[in-house]
Amino acid sequence: MYRRILLMITAITLVAAACGSSTDTAEAPSTTLGTTTTMEVTTTVAASPTTSSSTTTSSTTMPEFSGFPVTIEAPNGPVTIETQPESIVSLSPTSTEVLFAVGAGAQVVAVDNQSNHPADAPMTELTGFEPNLEAIAAFGADLVVIMYDPGDVITGLEAIGIPVIMHPSAATLNDAYTQIEQIGAATGHTDDAAVLVSSMKDEIAATTASTDGSGATYYHELSPDFYSVTSVTFVGALYTMLGLSNIADGADPDGYGYPQLSAEHILSEDPDMVFLADTKCCGQDAGTVADRPGWDTLTAVQTGAITGLDDDIASRWGPRVVDFVSSIAAAITEFRDS
Amino acid sequence: MTGEEIRPSRLHWWWLVVASAALVSAGLVAILLGAVDLDARAVILSIADRIPFVDVDSGLNNRQEAILWELRMPRVVLGGVVGAMLAVAGGSYQGSFRNPLADPYLLGAAAGAGLGATIAFAYGSGLPSGPIDTLPLLAFIGGVGGVAATYAIGYSVKAGRTPVTLILAGVAVAAFLTAVQTYLQQRNAETLREVYGWILGRLSTVGWGEVWLVLPYVIVSTVVILLGARRLDVLSVGDDEAVTLGVDPSRVRLVMVLAATLGTAAVVAVSGLIGFVGIIVPHAVRIVFGSSYRVVLPLSVLFGATFLILADLLARTVASPAEIPIGVVTAFVGAPFFALVLRSSRGLGS
Repeated sequence: MYRRILLMITAITLVAAACGSSTDTAEAPSTTLGTTTTMEVTTTVAASPTTSSSTTTSSTTMPEFSGFPVTIEAPNGPVTIETQPESIVSLSPTSTEVLFAVGAGAQVVAVDNQSNHPADAPMTELTGFEPNLEAIAAFGADLVVIMYDPGDVITGLEAIGIPVIMHPSAATLNDAYTQIEQIGAATGHTDDAAVLVSSMKDEIAATTASTDGSGATYYHELSPDFYSVTSVTFVGALYTMLGLSNIADGADPDGYGYPQLSAEHILSEDPDMVFLADTKCCGQDAGTVADRPGWDTLTAVQTGAITGLDDDIASRWGPRVVDFVSSIAAAITEFRDS
Repeated sequence: MTGEEIRPSRLHWWWLVVASAALVSAGLVAILLGAVDLDARAVILSIADRIPFVDVDSGLNNRQEAILWELRMPRVVLGGVVGAMLAVAGGSYQGSFRNPLADPYLLGAAAGAGLGATIAFAYGSGLPSGPIDTLPLLAFIGGVGGVAATYAIGYSVKAGRTPVTLILAGVAVAAFLTAVQTYLQQRNAETLREVYGWILGRLSTVGWGEVWLVLPYVIVSTVVILLGARRLDVLSVGDDEAVTLGVDPSRVRLVMVLAATLGTAAVVAVSGLIGFVGIIVPHAVRIVFGSSYRVVLPLSVLFGATFLILADLLARTVASPAEIPIGVVTAFVGAPFFALVLRSSRGLGS
């Protein structure tokens, strides 16, 4: 019984980490940077026609002729898509962001209740945790993107002829890029996806080149009970790229990547910087952190090196990874200057 | 009837001394050990420094002092308070219902508190905040509400009302509340991990605030339960016999269960659902020292505190510096330990 619950927690942590929060973004931390980056990317993509369903009037080259049927080597095996999908259902918040960023937004008919970005994504009551096959089919889906199969979703949908791409949490940036390219190929936006990926690579390369966090340590908080990430995780690797050292490394004997730290450990490690990925879910900010018992002795609390992150951006592996890297880089710059 | 035999015995004063010594030693070990190594001598000096009129330099820096006094110490104290309360409440429930399997969560306290906690996790940010945090408040209300609903249903039974009726009502209430809780949890999937973390119990984020929050309830409940020990002994001969001995069974039951529920709901509100303590500790005491509630209840207070302090010590050191949920430890360590006690007790006059 307890073992089962533990296993569930393990699974749930992954999923929950991937989902962030469904609360309104109005209370997002003020330090959220780099929205400009996303805009830039979107514009790039929008330069090529996105309304693929009614594109006969468009004069530019049409990516949708790029070879349907296509076969995608998805993590759940080869997926063959016969014609360009017009009714995509996404049950993954990250994939929803990707779909819109590669210009396939107009082909999306429904997204799950956690897909809160972009704002014009057609959010429904569908859930990625307990997907209902009939509800998905009722949207007339001709392509379904999920990040996790709780049981027989893939089998069930394929049995009624709906191709399913499963894109689980990316382990590396390259995984994330591959997912974007696959979504691009699957939706007829191969070129847009390539543009997006190369612009992301450029942005991240530029940020990492101009930021040096080496020598500084950090603590990335997933929840107020001190769940954290180590450097083996997707998010942790991004910090590593910027030169920071993680105080949770070594606190994760099984190498699972998401250990629950003890407050004692955090205080004793005295991280130079604290990043909160629980601002939206759990209302944490520099003030609540300083109020925790004993935390007023932390150097980061005293110097104000506490950065509130957007939970969603910090837990997804889509186009807004660029924004995440920029916020961390900005925090590092501020830390260096102070 | 459960076949539980009465082995009348007095509470010897030296049992209390032994139990208190065990508690103090466990507390000391728990304060000395933790995720962070603090020099044992420095810790002792730091404790001595807090004694009025004693002024010594412990050699700990500010942060180490904070670790010791604002993280470790309240946690050990709260572990003791929660363990004592759950154990004595378990004993009280077992006596009230003459059911060896009764635990403090029997009448819907756990399911109610779980529902309250889930509401707090899912909608807490939207609720007005008062002087007490939403989570302990709603968990407390849920726990008390669950038991109140059980009583309301149990007492609405007109004919053939027995303790079993109440237990069955508890089963129904718990099932219903758990269903609501699971539904809310699925609707707010992002809270799943927090909710499960809470259900497995945790002492990990506590400070002194939680200790002061629950202590009044725990003291009142424990005193009421201890004062009722003699009546529980009378009750153990059966309701009819108890009446002839001048004790009103349903009244005793009501008082004992209410006291146990109040205390349980208070500790559950800050520590989550820590299982097994309420069953293992009173039974172990009963097997070793005798089955009179005048023995079981006071010793359960002391050994319950000792047990949970040690369980929490394991929870925060075994995977150090990561933590494992304390509910896992109490079950993982407690169940085999209990089996051992059960086994070695065979033929010891029970």
